[in-house]
Amino acid sequence: MGLELLVASAIGILTAAGMYLVLRLRTFPVIMGMSLLTYAVNVFLFASGRLTIGAPPILTDAARYTDPLPQALVLTAIVISFGMTAVVVMIGLGAYLGGDDDRVNDPAPETEAEETT
Amino acid sequence: MSLFLVVALPFLGALLPGLMNSAGRQACAGVTFTVTLAAFIGLLTNLPTVLAGEVVTTGVNWLPALGMNVNLMLDGLGFFFALLILGIGLLIITYARFYLSRDDNMGEFFTYLLLFQGAMVGIVLSDNILLLIVFWELTSLSSFLLIGYWKHLPEGRQGARMALTVTGMGGLALIGGMLILGNITGSYDLSVILQSREIIQASPLYLPALVLILLGCFTKSAQFPFHFWLPHAMAAPTPVSAYLHSATMVKAGIFLMARLWPVLSGTPEWFVIVTTAGLVTMVLGAVIALFKHDLKALLAFSTVSHLGLITMLLGTGTAFGAMAAVFHILNHATFKAALFMSAGIVDHETHTRDIRRLGGLRHLMPVTFGIVTLAALSMAGIPLLNGFLSKEMMLEEAHHTVLFGSHWLAPSLAVIGSLFSAAYCFRLISHTFLGPKRDDYPAHPHDPGFGMWGPPALLVVLVVMIGCAPFLAEPFVKIVTASLLGEAATVPTAHFKIWHGLVPALYMSIAAVLGGLVVLALFKPLLRMWDGAPRPEAKVIFEALVDAVVALSRGIIHSLHTGAFSRYAAIAAVTITAAGYHAWATGSVGAATRVPQPAGPVEIAGWVMLVTATLGLVFLHRNRLLSLILIGIVGLMVSVGFVLFSAPDLAMTQITVEVVTIILLLLALNFLPNRTPVESTVLRRMRDAVVAIAAGLATFALSYHFLLRDTVAPSISEFHLASSYKGGGGSNVVNVILVDFRGFDTFGEIIVLGIAALLIYALTETLLDGPVRARLLNRKPDQPRAGDMHPMMMVVLTRVLMPLVMLVGFYIFWRGHNEPGGGFIAGLIVSIGVVMQYMASGFSWTSARLRYPYHGVIGAGVLIAGLTGIGSWFFGKPFLTSDFTYVRIPPFEKFELATAALFDLGVFLAVVGAVMLSLESFSRLARRSQMTDNEHPMDIDPSRAESDPADPGNPKREGV
Repeated sequence: MGLELLVASAIGILTAAGMYLVLRLRTFPVIMGMSLLTYAVNVFLFASGRLTIGAPPILTDAARYTDPLPQALVLTAIVISFGMTAVVVMIGLGAYLGGDDDRVNDPAPETEAEETT
Repeated sequence: MSLFLVVALPFLGALLPGLMNSAGRQACAGVTFTVTLAAFIGLLTNLPTVLAGEVVTTGVNWLPALGMNVNLMLDGLGFFFALLILGIGLLIITYARFYLSRDDNMGEFFTYLLLFQGAMVGIVLSDNILLLIVFWELTSLSSFLLIGYWKHLPEGRQGARMALTVTGMGGLALIGGMLILGNITGSYDLSVILQSREIIQASPLYLPALVLILLGCFTKSAQFPFHFWLPHAMAAPTPVSAYLHSATMVKAGIFLMARLWPVLSGTPEWFVIVTTAGLVTMVLGAVIALFKHDLKALLAFSTVSHLGLITMLLGTGTAFGAMAAVFHILNHATFKAALFMSAGIVDHETHTRDIRRLGGLRHLMPVTFGIVTLAALSMAGIPLLNGFLSKEMMLEEAHHTVLFGSHWLAPSLAVIGSLFSAAYCFRLISHTFLGPKRDDYPAHPHDPGFGMWGPPALLVVLVVMIGCAPFLAEPFVKIVTASLLGEAATVPTAHFKIWHGLVPALYMSIAAVLGGLVVLALFKPLLRMWDGAPRPEAKVIFEALVDAVVALSRGIIHSLHTGAFSRYAAIAAVTITAAGYHAWATGSVGAATRVPQPAGPVEIAGWVMLVTATLGLVFLHRNRLLSLILIGIVGLMVSVGFVLFSAPDLAMTQITVEVVTIILLLLALNFLPNRTPVESTVLRRMRDAVVAIAAGLATFALSYHFLLRDTVAPSISEFHLASSYKGGGGSNVVNVILVDFRGFDTFGEIIVLGIAALLIYALTETLLDGPVRARLLNRKPDQPRAGDMHPMMMVVLTRVLMPLVMLVGFYIFWRGHNEPGGGFIAGLIVSIGVVMQYMASGFSWTSARLRYPYHGVIGAGVLIAGLTGIGSWFFGKPFLTSDFTYVRIPPFEKFELATAALFDLGVFLAVVGAVMLSLESFSRLARRSQMTDNEHPMDIDPSRAESDPADPGNPKREGV
């Protein structure tokens, strides 16, 4: 079993789990799912530099280094995704505190009409 | 004065009236007047050059790749229009000062007016048609603001909306036409386009370009069938109507037709479209105007009619017609602005504009009566007034025009138009001012102060002067005509004369005036016929159209946009997966070029932990606290993976972000229910699982395939690795990329991060101001609180750790350029240190010791990073060029000083500020819901304690 298979399958599993949770009906699991998708995307971007062991991009006398560019891109992506998670959590929390309901879907129009009558 | 300044002055000046608002109305109007006067004088300084027949040009490149440059030019035509815009602008500003009441916000009004003025001057001075379009759209927007200036009037809002819709659609058409024109000639510069008559008229795209450009012009200048918006725009304050809807904005379409006349006119298409539209508009406007009872509506339709007249003159395509058009633009601007301002005076004094309620005002308002009479007679085409001269020229031109093969169609329509024009002018005078004095005016009318009647009086002086001595205006009109015609034709030699002899035009003129008197005599029976006749109401049709479009888009949006987030997510996932599958199935896959690397037991163990935690999360996600723990494991394993695959920076970032994310989610869980109920059916869960597994398989296949293949082309990373030390002065290539090679990206990213934090802050503020506040205050925690809110062990430990954390942060920051670390990671580490204080010692204790607000920290970070980037400008380098040097201060070792470190400091501060502001906002919510405000750390929750903790003699407290 190769490392490539492990990483690729981890990305796949993270995506599938994230996607399943994103399709749930309450805010908290959806946020969890988005976090899993974030991991999947970050690892995927990182892996676009291919997998290299023991060759960090710190200049020494070494002959080979791993690709530094995806690392730089993913580093900012990790920090930004924290900011975005925080915003989404805040919006979800605000909706829950304001409406006492943490469903992600708007009620269907028919039920809305029933509620108002 | 430079043309740039002439165009820029109104825009820059637009800032002033708003600022001067509190200094009083006089100051507000004064500053507006001064700005306009400065631009006016600046324009006049260019007069000698224009009179010499030369063209003043100036320009800078803006987007040369798109052919869009700020090129300005001033020739006779541009000068003429700019003179009208700024000159009449000065009169209107004076008039508006006295017209607006104390309740009106004068600063706002003059700001809009100056914006509009700048945009208009921009249109007439543009040498680049793309620039012209920008100004064109600006006039639409600023006129929208001006028409809707009285926001409390529904007519004003509706009129503004209609004007914006019609002129905005025309603007879109115009953009299309201009792009085609630029495409044909290969340049967007007017000076080039105006030389390309043959190329343009021979092009197969000539007709589409012409139609699109004319759509823009006709909508702007209210030509049939787009004439309906102008009367509704009259809900605006009268200075706006006088300025925009008689003297300037509606002339923008005319201006553009005149500007492009040398290249577009002279073809049968131009002739038929423009002349017909002009004639129809002229007759239709005049007929409707006669039967309007509102003074301003009457003037509005008369404006429509006169614009039609000018359009018709441009449409004939002869040099004489063009000269007559220029002359009539001048004359119309003088008498019509005077009439509008007088209508405003009547409205202001009698509190009504309804002609049926007026009459006999000549005794009460003799000055206004004199002004209106002279201006209206000029409009009717009575000799010795300027309107007569250009109307004669129009009739002369119509007499020679053969439209649709008929010799009598154009002349007779011109006579009918003139006839009704004379009739409504006579009606305006007689029904408003003549007749017996009434005793039921809504107010007691009398002549206003000089400030209000001075500006129209000045214009009427011009009306009479040009009318009696046309030779005064002739040289100027001929210079303007010369620049309008360009090289397409030569200026006619005919002189402006009051008496041309017994020519057909004279008979036509006499017929029109006499006919006008007859129509006025028969006004009552005619009005009954008019009122009885069915006719389409443009506003109703327009609103029905708008309603239909709204209903259509609502239907489409509501069927697609149901508010069901899960549905959107599922559709997106399925679509993306299907697109990927399509690419996979139709493309080809190369052979694997990389050998799989063997995985040892440790790697497999890590994978198993990651997968177990992920699957556990899926199956146990209903227990929310447990799912937080599981996602922590996932994050940890991802960080470990980064360590394994040679990414120490990423590992450090991931693990620190993990800590703050978990804290954030814990804070949120404090309020959210801690379990997710079972809601979806088994079938639905199966469906979601299928979608999720398909997406997972797809990403797995994609990742696996490219992990086993090399990149198709060599990446830029080789360059980064090679020049990191030499060019960036750092050996940590990831950090050098972040702060140097791609510093601009990072700069953008810290700004995004800052905005996200500010958004969270703003949302918290909104929540705390709304009804949520009461709910939070009344909230009972669903679980028992801890007895000691601030455990002593934790307080002591975090305080001891704080300097240590700071030291680590400083170390990580400073070594970041050469070793794993840097601003992002150091920022996160320091944030964790501060968050620990919040957690251990409490919100009040920590915020009492907070010297700088987090907003300020974010701002300082972005500012430092930005200023570092700007610093390189002083050395003539592009934004964010970095520099570094090595210094040695004994007893320290030689170390590096790089501007990149300063930039990294900005990143550090922005990260600390953003993370702390987000977390602090969440805990502010929590603080609201707490029963007691804990002032002291290490205290015991009084709701648990039997005795009063505030008592200093409390033995329990001393025991702590």
